[in-house]
Amino acid sequence: MVKVEFLGPIGKSPIEVDASTLAELAEILKKDAEVAKWLENSAVAVNDTLVESLEMKLNSGDRVSLLPPVCGG
Amino acid sequence: MVLIYKGPIDVDSLLSRWYGAEHNRNYGAMVTFVGTVREENGIEALSFDIYRPLLEKWFEEWKRKLEKEGALLAMAHSEGDVPVHTSSFACAIFSPKRRVALKMLEAFVEDFKANAPIWKYDVVEGKRIYAAERSTPMAGSGLLAKGK
Repeated sequence: MVKVEFLGPIGKSPIEVDASTLAELAEILKKDAEVAKWLENSAVAVNDTLVESLEMKLNSGDRVSLLPPVCGG
Repeated sequence: MVLIYKGPIDVDSLLSRWYGAEHNRNYGAMVTFVGTVREENGIEALSFDIYRPLLEKWFEEWKRKLEKEGALLAMAHSEGDVPVHTSSFACAIFSPKRRVALKMLEAFVEDFKANAPIWKYDVVEGKRIYAAERSTPMAGSGLLAKGK
């Protein structure tokens, strides 16, 4: 199982899903109406490293974070 | 390490601490930036969420970048509510000569705005409202919207 956490204003509690790549996770999250609208403008980190490829393999115990648009200062 | 304050930054003591720690180490320039919450659109405060693990990585990268130029970077940010006319962000760059510090400050603050994992909310009548229209998608955003 992979843990998915939704940071900042997404305001959703973490979930656990079965996905072996980021592409699989994307398909699961697109079906969640609450989350789907954030996918277009959120960055993605796996175990606290920002990632850029959907082909990335996920292992059980990995933690995926969704980071919506930011504004510090 | 980024200094995280619960609520507003105590600017006086922070800046004097930074100055006190470095002024005798032969840096010819200390350039600071302090961000203060403005009163506008009827807000009482701004409020912030921070994702610390990634903020720390982002900050350490910038520290290394500045070290290559012989410069030192320090930063503080608030978490939670920061009332109008108090401060939520401060940074300082120390460099042997002024040019590096002046130039890098602007680059650092601009990248901070675009890529530091911090979320801002307006506080109006005690309610937090995400500042969506002032926020910027981080580099690489939209990955999970791709595919089939």
